[in-house]
Amino acid sequence: MVAENDPLVRFIDVQKSYDGEILVVKKLNLDIARGEFLTMLGPSGSGKTTCLMMLAGFEPATHGEITLAGKPINNVAPHKRGIGMVFQNYALFPHMTVAENLAFPLQVRGMSKADTEAKVKKALDMVQLGDFGHRRPGQLSGGQQQRVAVARALVFDPDLVLMDEPLGALDKQLREQMQYEIKHIHQSLGVTVVYVTHDQSEALTMSNRIAVFNDGIIQQLASPDNLYERPENAFVAQFIGENNKLLGNVKSVNGQSCEIEVDGGGVVTALSVNVAGPGERASLSLRPERVIINPEIGSCPNVFDGRVEELIYLGDHIRTRVNVCGHDDFVVKVPNASGHAQLQEGNTVKVGWTMEDCRALDIYE
Amino acid sequence: MALPPYVGPFDRTWHYVYLVICASVFTFLIAPILVIVPLSFNAEPYFTFTQKMMSLDPDAFSTRWYEDIVNNRQWLHSAKNSIIVAVFATLIATTLGTLAALGLSKPVMPYRSLIMGVLISPMIVPLIISAAGMFFFYSKIGLAQTYVGLILAHAALGTPFVVITVTATLIGFDQSLTRASAGLGASPTTTFFKVIMPLVTPGMISGALFAFITSFDEVVVVFFLAGFEQRTIPRQMWAGIREQISPTILAVATLMVIMTICLMTVVELLRRRNERLRGIRQT
Repeated sequence: MVAENDPLVRFIDVQKSYDGEILVVKKLNLDIARGEFLTMLGPSGSGKTTCLMMLAGFEPATHGEITLAGKPINNVAPHKRGIGMVFQNYALFPHMTVAENLAFPLQVRGMSKADTEAKVKKALDMVQLGDFGHRRPGQLSGGQQQRVAVARALVFDPDLVLMDEPLGALDKQLREQMQYEIKHIHQSLGVTVVYVTHDQSEALTMSNRIAVFNDGIIQQLASPDNLYERPENAFVAQFIGENNKLLGNVKSVNGQSCEIEVDGGGVVTALSVNVAGPGERASLSLRPERVIINPEIGSCPNVFDGRVEELIYLGDHIRTRVNVCGHDDFVVKVPNASGHAQLQEGNTVKVGWTMEDCRALDIYE
Repeated sequence: MALPPYVGPFDRTWHYVYLVICASVFTFLIAPILVIVPLSFNAEPYFTFTQKMMSLDPDAFSTRWYEDIVNNRQWLHSAKNSIIVAVFATLIATTLGTLAALGLSKPVMPYRSLIMGVLISPMIVPLIISAAGMFFFYSKIGLAQTYVGLILAHAALGTPFVVITVTATLIGFDQSLTRASAGLGASPTTTFFKVIMPLVTPGMISGALFAFITSFDEVVVVFFLAGFEQRTIPRQMWAGIREQISPTILAVATLMVIMTICLMTVVELLRRRNERLRGIRQT
């Protein structure tokens, strides 16, 4: 008996090696809840697609166990797992019409003709392609083909749908539109989705939780806001969103906060998240939008003089590159609000930030 | 094809010379085939155009050589042999060639080029060598001068065509379609018949037609392996020229040309259908 709130998918100590020497996935433990939208995010070669392929059954796990709804599936053939899948290149059958593509998973399950037709129609309506049933995939645009692929993966009511970079081949505008569509389909059907992407904004937009992969390990598993605002190591801080990195040595650790002596000079008070201890190297992570230009005196513990090196006008904000503490790649986003600071290249300004916004992390090269 | 206005007299002359050369090459290739068609309607038992034929006298033309095919037991027998051998050799070659091509297209296939080389060697090795080898081998195991032996030999000759055409079809084949099919719940057997087969069918049919034509007009292997009982049309034509110079072979040749044209038309139609199915628009 499987309880309702048990995880739908569990990876238990899963390892994968293609050549018997290098581990592509190292000791993966991951629980995916029923109805969740979980994104595996990471650079190419980080092991995220391999994990998806193991779950789909196209790659065997070298070690460990994968369970689906409480049952181990290591020895279950892909076509018996009942998992829907959307591929990066759509993988629609070119010799079948759109309707035949959608009917395929129903026919192999022996569904009656009338039921099949009704389900196909419903699925096509869901992706707003109701009139396209008689077209062939080659006659559709990329976005339409992707919609058909999504509908085909959902038409047989699977509990779990896997998506392998499904929007990678679309242009930016269409990609964003499809992100919302997939998100809405997920919300209205309550299906569990495991989504693989290397695009962090896609992951932030769509997911309930994001697993950030690097080097075959989940670096952090958290909700989008936690991931962005509270990265736990230097890799995640750099990979998700824009990030100012200041390197230095730990001077002292006092409970939650610590003092870091930055390489270019100056001592920063930061939140101690992931530092080895006094005397060790550390990197500071600070989001560009959390830096304050000309802060009120006494409002933040970290105030430094900075020389404005470059101003880039981006409409909603002005991207300002400042030389702070010997780091000349320090970026500040100055919002283009009424009464914002008027800066000129070459000016010297005060920049400041709070202790909570500056996270002291490990070193990632 | 109009020439652009900036073309000088030298280029203009060359353009027309070029057209003449093209036409000559074309005539050289096609004339020997076309000339047999009117000759096959000769009322006289000659291989040349008679005076009356040149003046288009209706009496100079007849269909007697076509009637001769139908009334001649030897021709009918060899036609039957040709068809039986070609059909079975094609079936075997198509099945084996398609399976071989599918296997060779898998990314994990080891020694791919070596195996490919062995499979298409019957196309490259001089036919007389294959035929001699088959003769000695088949004689040992009692297959010489049997239908089975001839069919197997022709299947070996036809397989390379199928391997090549199906492999060419599979170059554009998206391997993730197989995965998609499995992901949608189709067993490997269903995937083969519902997804892979329909997509490689055009390649299979082109290959099958080449295999069929190869068997149908093959004469060297027939010389070595066929007895009198297994005599095929090309063998009968050869005998016809040697033993009884009769325009019947011109009539047979004409029929074979027509059959070949029909088969090639089928190939072309299938190729277009395939392109349409894959959504490739004609430009």
